[in-house]
Amino acid sequence: MITAERKPLDEILELVGDKKKVLVAGCDTCVAICLTGGEKEAEILASELRIKAEQDGTGAEVEHTAAIRQCEWEYLDMIADKVGEADIVVSMACGIGIQSMAEKFSPQLVVPAVNTNMLGMPQEHALWLERCGACGECVIGETAGICPVVRCSKSLMNGPCGGSHDGLCEVTTPEKEDIDCAWHLIWERLKEQGREEMMYINRPPKNWSKSSSGGPRKMVREEAKPV
Amino acid sequence: MADADVKTPVAEGDEASGEATDEAPKKPVDPNFEPEIIVFACHYCAYAAADLAGSMRLQYPSNIRMIKLPCTGKLEVIHLLRAIEAGADGVYAAGCLEGECHYLKGNLWARKRVNHVKDLLTEVGIEPERVEMYNMSSAEGAKFAAAATEFTERIKALGPNPVKRPGVDAHVAARDALGDAAMPDDPASSAASEEGHAE
Repeated sequence: MITAERKPLDEILELVGDKKKVLVAGCDTCVAICLTGGEKEAEILASELRIKAEQDGTGAEVEHTAAIRQCEWEYLDMIADKVGEADIVVSMACGIGIQSMAEKFSPQLVVPAVNTNMLGMPQEHALWLERCGACGECVIGETAGICPVVRCSKSLMNGPCGGSHDGLCEVTTPEKEDIDCAWHLIWERLKEQGREEMMYINRPPKNWSKSSSGGPRKMVREEAKPV
Repeated sequence: MADADVKTPVAEGDEASGEATDEAPKKPVDPNFEPEIIVFACHYCAYAAADLAGSMRLQYPSNIRMIKLPCTGKLEVIHLLRAIEAGADGVYAAGCLEGECHYLKGNLWARKRVNHVKDLLTEVGIEPERVEMYNMSSAEGAKFAAAATEFTERIKALGPNPVKRPGVDAHVAARDALGDAAMPDDPASSAASEEGHAE
């Protein structure tokens, strides 16, 4: 799923500025599952903003709402009235939802309260790990179901590199301690699958133009378009 | 920790004198300030401890207003924030002793949430000491009274909640935020039926 983390309050306050009617809009799909921007979190942020407004005597009125999905027009219709009454909308959706809101309700001011960070998997409760880079050309059929694009620190297509030690990647920071070496994982699983020969495939340089490096992407399904 | 358990009269004397620590300079304390304190108490331990404190005729400040929950694990971040937002000068959760929660881990969840609210309050410029988590068994009436006294003194030293507004009842707001999760105050109304459901 898409994951996001809330921005620091100071940054949100700066974005809100001196607007008097503030609507905090949560999104009850991906960002709700990662406990960042669902209705509950929107209510918490609204409460924080009210406490701050009361302390600073700004007179700002802060309400909250949530759309089932901010990235779909139909669901945005359901919160249109509340959006219309606000001077500014603080969206807690991912970047897609925030942009949908800004487009749907233009020229309404819509600002983000979260940083969208990855396509992550909930490995365990309250822990998300990056699993997909949306590179546009999936290779995990050859790599034992383990993505070298996002799980290898260098996105190597022919790993491992010399920085793989005891199954760990040489890239280690206080925030990213003990990163598994993706190519070590790939090798171990290929052995389990009895497909060690896959390791010897020589992969040519990846075509990154199919990823975000190739400019904004677009997908059309002609057969599904309304007639 | 192991050393601390071995208590000698000398060691206890040292502890008592050690409590009077010098703290950072505070705002002048208004001697007439009577804080409004909301207590989220678990049905099985802290609420029963409060009952016992009453039976034991123990004195504790009348500043605390209780809200009974089936378990402090029911307490969410927003419930604590709502109480502060509505002007409560202090809020604390009182649950079972750690490891003895009737629902196994509810009090551990509550402690994590209280700590998270401390961070949120710091973020908005409110003293994090205005929220706290206490643990006690149902047999610890004295501990309940001590917690109420300690926390009330702490809030008196902090002064009033800066976002307090006239005409807003924090206790009512906190109870409203909990909705159906809050249990009736009258112990007689639930105690009898509880026995039948006990596992």
